[in-house]
Amino acid sequence: MGLNYSERIPNNVNLSGDRRLMRALEIWQPHFLEWWKEMGPEGFQAADVYLRTATSVDAKGWATFGYLKMPDYRWGIFLAEANPDERIAFGEHKGEPLWREIPGEYRGVLRRLIVTQGDTEPASVEQQRHLGATCPSLYDLRNLFQVNVEEGRHLWAMVYLLHAYFGRDGREEAEALLGRRSGSGDNPRILGAFNERTPDWLSYFMFAHFTDRDGKYQLASLAESGFDPLARTCRFMLTEEAHHLFVGESGIGRVIERTCQLMNAHDTDSVGLFGGIDLAIIQRYLNFHYSISLDLFGSELSTNAANYFSAGLKGRYREDDWRDDHQLIGATRTVLKPEGSVIVESTQPALVALNETLRDSYVADCERALARWNKIIGAANIDFALKLPHRGFHRAIGQFSGVNVTPKGEIVSAQGWESRRDQWLPTSADKQLVADLMRPVLKPGEFASWIAPPVRGINHQPLDFEYVADLPQV
Amino acid sequence: MIDFRTEPSCYRHWRITFTDSVANLVLSVDEAAPLVPGYDLKLNSYDLGVDIELNDAVQRLRFEHPEIKSVIICSANDRVFSAGANIRMLAQASHPFKVNFCKFTNETRMAIEDATANSGQFYITAINGACAGGGYELALATSYIIMADDGSTAVSLPELPLLAVLPGTGGLTRLVDKRGVRRDHADFLCTTEEGLRGQRAVEWRLIDEVVAKSRLRELALARALEFGPQSDRPAEARGLKLDPLERKIEEQKISYSNLTITLDREKACAFFDVTAPDTAPPADISAMRESGCRFWPLAFARSLEDAILHLRFNEESIRSWVFRTKGDPAVVSAYDTFMIAHGDDWLVREIRLFVARTLRRLDVTSRSLFAFIEPGSCFAGTLFELILAADRSYMLRGSREGDDTPAPRIAVNEMNFGAVPMYNRLTRLQTRFLGRPDRIEELRSCLGTYLTAEVADKLGLVTFTPDDLDWDDETRLALEERAAFSSDALTGMEASLRFAGPETMETKIFARLSAWQNWIFQRPNAIGENGALKLYGSGKRPEFDRRSV
Repeated sequence: MGLNYSERIPNNVNLSGDRRLMRALEIWQPHFLEWWKEMGPEGFQAADVYLRTATSVDAKGWATFGYLKMPDYRWGIFLAEANPDERIAFGEHKGEPLWREIPGEYRGVLRRLIVTQGDTEPASVEQQRHLGATCPSLYDLRNLFQVNVEEGRHLWAMVYLLHAYFGRDGREEAEALLGRRSGSGDNPRILGAFNERTPDWLSYFMFAHFTDRDGKYQLASLAESGFDPLARTCRFMLTEEAHHLFVGESGIGRVIERTCQLMNAHDTDSVGLFGGIDLAIIQRYLNFHYSISLDLFGSELSTNAANYFSAGLKGRYREDDWRDDHQLIGATRTVLKPEGSVIVESTQPALVALNETLRDSYVADCERALARWNKIIGAANIDFALKLPHRGFHRAIGQFSGVNVTPKGEIVSAQGWESRRDQWLPTSADKQLVADLMRPVLKPGEFASWIAPPVRGINHQPLDFEYVADLPQV
Repeated sequence: MIDFRTEPSCYRHWRITFTDSVANLVLSVDEAAPLVPGYDLKLNSYDLGVDIELNDAVQRLRFEHPEIKSVIICSANDRVFSAGANIRMLAQASHPFKVNFCKFTNETRMAIEDATANSGQFYITAINGACAGGGYELALATSYIIMADDGSTAVSLPELPLLAVLPGTGGLTRLVDKRGVRRDHADFLCTTEEGLRGQRAVEWRLIDEVVAKSRLRELALARALEFGPQSDRPAEARGLKLDPLERKIEEQKISYSNLTITLDREKACAFFDVTAPDTAPPADISAMRESGCRFWPLAFARSLEDAILHLRFNEESIRSWVFRTKGDPAVVSAYDTFMIAHGDDWLVREIRLFVARTLRRLDVTSRSLFAFIEPGSCFAGTLFELILAADRSYMLRGSREGDDTPAPRIAVNEMNFGAVPMYNRLTRLQTRFLGRPDRIEELRSCLGTYLTAEVADKLGLVTFTPDDLDWDDETRLALEERAAFSSDALTGMEASLRFAGPETMETKIFARLSAWQNWIFQRPNAIGENGALKLYGSGKRPEFDRRSV
């Protein structure tokens, strides 16, 4: 084998001492590269990208910058540092030592959790592979690619767990992660939201903000897991995830900022003519992406979620911060549910409502980002505020999936809802307008008309730095 | 702890007497010697202790008495043949005990039928007084039933009307399957507490003959002697005395001469390590006779049988049994060749039939069975059956890193093609490849070849073939996962999957025992506060939930 593993695959899992893992990777790694070349960013595989690579988990090593062709990116395997004294923090095994090996009892469940999480990583790369052709700047193009290679690394992280702990089943699942295709009819990605196209950069920023944020909460709850290797893997992934969320939130912020500039300059709400995106369109995109991301948390009442928690496999967001028994024995909470034409609160066992509890943390996080965006609008002296729609709005999963809820949280008839759909969700005209704006800007320091430049560059580099070089001839 | 080892000098409940080629197996239950305290064994009723002796007697009559061609089962009590399984014993027993008790008694009755069908030892029952429930079921296991015609002696299966349970030892199935009793007649019998007597019992085929009480013994002996010429048992041969079985039981370990069982209580798992013979098979039959109970196939079957019974009753929480073997597969095969070559010898036949019965005990054991095939193992022929009996098998692909022991190989031989059939009367290979005779033919061409994991996998002989890198994890996870499942659900699943193919009387008996009887044993109508089994003997009328399920 031509691979020098410690060189080629940065890791802190003693890869060269683990024959089983090496053997698995020898087979999987070439398949991954084939997948990357086939399904990774289209047209830019040979470009030099100013990328951050993690070469170790300490402060010095986790962010090393330099030009790389993406296929040469050194996808590594990293676990956050182990704490030898740690004990399982919640569920029926609370207080027992963390599992260093998979307990046979939970093998199937853990594999499903890891595969489901792992499947989202290559899926998002596939969803975004055409975006390079319409990037609003080299800065944004580079950020997209950074996110893409790191989603690739997150796939590696999950594959590491499958290879290291699940034997033959794990190797087969790892192969299957490279076999499914986002949007494919025959072999689609596991979760619905990851089979939707990401057609334009506004959708991309929305995805990075709302959908990747679901990923953050899923990872954070897995980072609490009693299965120590999973917990440590997810903890390290969260450090990278923060950048993805930054790309999303700041991207939307910059679109808003640009829109406000154009509104003030031309004294109009309709900035389409001037190369901007109306706040109303942004609100509709937000409504769409927020609502489908809420679905990713699953049903309000879920025995699976209860089982995962009780088994010690998946905790709550920041489990340590909860001031309770961490077992939820006899605990209850209120959950919203539709009842006839109104939405009421019902009291439910906290254990079965854990998806809702995680969704609460997510909603609060989204509210904070929303406040920051609204600050940009306020600073431009424009009387408009973006809003998060009601959590029952436009839902396909859970108790609200069968009813028609407006963004304000009223239940209306199907007909009444459909008649106002265009006020709430992106219309074909909106999509056309956004699509028409998507024209590539590839000169260093230049930005598309619909987005403001960022405050600062990457790794202290100036904004006109050549973040992606050796571009393909367009 | 329940010990299944016994011998005639220790019997409390049975006597054996001999007249020429006929043995009398006389039931004479010592009322004051129950297996555990809490009940008296009145009216020749039996408990597990009585049946352990019966099992031993049936076995010894086969091995130690080649001259015995017929066996008459009768009672020493002048008015009672047997009242069947002791009700107070059943009422106080745990559910797992009841189930395993019924399973064991069934196996003993099937051993009686096996002796009649395959060993030339014909069983007759002479009923001299009340013969109820398990007593009549014992009679049903014999091939000819004679009953005293004294106006009171009757056969009955009163379980349903009296106790709201079923006859648990194959009674219902044997009536219609074996004796050809009409189902409406059987229905009447099984709902009539006092049963049937005299000529009507004969007309309904419940028994074969009635006779005046004074002539009962005489007639039984005559019928027994009539059978003699049909038997191929050698009158002049010398029997093989079954020596006391040596074993040592420690907290985590049970050791026999050729089998060691290590218990992992935390993982609810027992590792059976079978050791192959370390010497070549004897040169001929007389050399085999010289080695006596040390002859490996016999010694192996005796250890395995005792281990199965011991673990079934005394280690209820050990849910998975893992079979491993150690030794030279060529030597195991050589013994098999000896067994096949001398198949006509009465003793070799007895040993083969015993091996077959023991393997059948595995088939009906409510434990998850695994075979782990590792370097140094010897899963050939007879021992290959352990792989086939297992619910799953793992065979190491290649050898272990840093260990010169060659990669494991397995081998099929003649023993796997009909010598040790299952209760469905198919071989384990036929059951595994049901409806695929081409697969069996394919295996015939592998006779005598030692198969690697790759080949065994291709031939469908093993389940998984992890290599050294995966082995420890795969096997550990398989056992841990098993230990986490519901034991009840596993029992039901395993029993359903093990017996592909045709139903036989035996498979029906075990299946109905584990489904119907065990279900009824759990229902309030039997065991609730006001259930019939609970209230039996109290004079109170049971209260039934009248809804049909």
